[in-house]
Amino acid sequence: MIDQIVVFLENKKGRLAALCRAIGDAGISMHALTVADTANYGVARIIADTPARACEVLGAAGFRASLTKVFAIEVPDKAGGLASLLETFDAADINVEYAYCFTVEGGKAIDVLRIDSSLNVEKIITGAGFRVVRPEELYR
Amino acid sequence: MAGPERYFQPEIEKMDPEALRALQLERLKKTVELCYESIPFYKQRFDQLGIRPEDVISLDDLARLPFTTKQDMRDAYPFNLFAIPADDARVQRLHASSGTTGNATVCGYTQNDIDVWGDTFARAIAQVGGGAASILQVSYGYGLFTGGLGAHEGGIRMRATILPMSSGNTRRQVQMMKDFGVDILACTPSYALLIADTAIEMGYDPANDFKVAGAILGAEPCSEGMRRDIENKLGVKMVDIYGLSEVMGPGVSCECRYQTGLHVAEDHFIIEIVDPKTLQAVPDGQWGEVVFSTLSKECSPLIRYRTRDISRILPGECACGRTLRRMDRITGRTDDMLIIRGVNVFPSQFQEVLANFPEVASHYQIILTSKGPLDYVTLKVETVPEFDFDEIRKIENLRQRINGELKSNLQVSVDVQVSEPKSIERSEGKARRVIDLREKGN
Repeated sequence: MIDQIVVFLENKKGRLAALCRAIGDAGISMHALTVADTANYGVARIIADTPARACEVLGAAGFRASLTKVFAIEVPDKAGGLASLLETFDAADINVEYAYCFTVEGGKAIDVLRIDSSLNVEKIITGAGFRVVRPEELYR
Repeated sequence: MAGPERYFQPEIEKMDPEALRALQLERLKKTVELCYESIPFYKQRFDQLGIRPEDVISLDDLARLPFTTKQDMRDAYPFNLFAIPADDARVQRLHASSGTTGNATVCGYTQNDIDVWGDTFARAIAQVGGGAASILQVSYGYGLFTGGLGAHEGGIRMRATILPMSSGNTRRQVQMMKDFGVDILACTPSYALLIADTAIEMGYDPANDFKVAGAILGAEPCSEGMRRDIENKLGVKMVDIYGLSEVMGPGVSCECRYQTGLHVAEDHFIIEIVDPKTLQAVPDGQWGEVVFSTLSKECSPLIRYRTRDISRILPGECACGRTLRRMDRITGRTDDMLIIRGVNVFPSQFQEVLANFPEVASHYQIILTSKGPLDYVTLKVETVPEFDFDEIRKIENLRQRINGELKSNLQVSVDVQVSEPKSIERSEGKARRVIDLREKGN
């Protein structure tokens, strides 16, 4: 599993820009950013090359940032790639809280999934022929 | 705080109730006479009602005397309610309210007035286990506001060592609290919490690393949740102290370590609880407006001053052995009372509901706006650092549960907004909990 940075954001002008600026100024590079938003607030989820440091930098800049463990799974970058992964979870009766994707060099897609980690998820993933991305592949 | 109960003036604090009533009557007679003879305002009021000072022959006669309101005090600006001219040698000091909503209310103090004030605050120092060997950090603002100098006088009368910090420069407050081995902190509850949080931010664990063991906090409401927060973070026993500048300042009443109501300094003040609409006294145990008459004040005596604070008399004896009667903690003010969609609500009620949610911090803000003809309430809260907000579901669930509790407790529907950390104003004095942006006259 990898560390994902989660940041609570009020729906206020310029907060996302300030967040990205804080990370950028610290020389940290982001692989992926996704924002879940409601009427009042948003939650930004970030995969970066130095998650612990990014979290520290954001905390110091006045953000509420924390790290959560998520699965990063390599999926062939072709039609139906993600569908067959999710069908595997569905068949195993595993609930996916949320998911998002990003691509890395070499045309590979990485899917980030938040799943209840108490289950034997990793075995199910590899058993279905997918590869779980190790932290060192994403972190600096 | 183990050990036997400490008293500063046991002969008064544990006085036989009958003897105390006799003392009150004797002093009330003197006060009425002083007011009638020296303050034209009171002479006129008494004459209008056809009452003469000698008509006061029992404590029950108090109910026949005229009330004094905040407006009366404003109209008397600056010195028309003084029994001794402000430039007289006997008058040592002036205090005044902030006057943000009208003329300031001004009070004068003779040396005896200051000593009486100090004595009542010194009782509070004993109530948190302090004494002459204590180091008292006064982090109330010093100045016209009665908090700082009131606590200071208490320290003097107790012969404690006083650290006159005033408010502000919080990191320095923390450093000195630690380095000087402060035993007792006196300030507002919100500032005590800011000091605690700052200490923790600075890497200390004040509950274990600091010597501070008692906190005498007042001048603004403090919920039980906030009290526990302060007590746990600082490792102190906190007592709520009450007072208002018009009547004296902090020390009019104060909790003992049992935290079951505030013992009124009945040797210097008579407390009454009246229905704010009918102005008739209500029985013990019933809520109403707190009314004080001063018994010892020489420069600014007051008869039946309507505080606009809501409380009640708590009947029964207290485990601490004090016979001075107790009032409950202030639940609100007659003029702070919010009328939201026709429902009477006190900001403190929001605080009590939030105290049951460990997921949210003690800071909150109520914002009132109009949506067409209806009032719209937004409640801003902050989650504690341990709260896992990665799943929107959890945040939404928290919002719904808070809303549900408020709805069932207050009969008011509230839009709960979870805010970023520290986005709700922290205050070094009185926290601004309510922002009313409603269009008036609808």
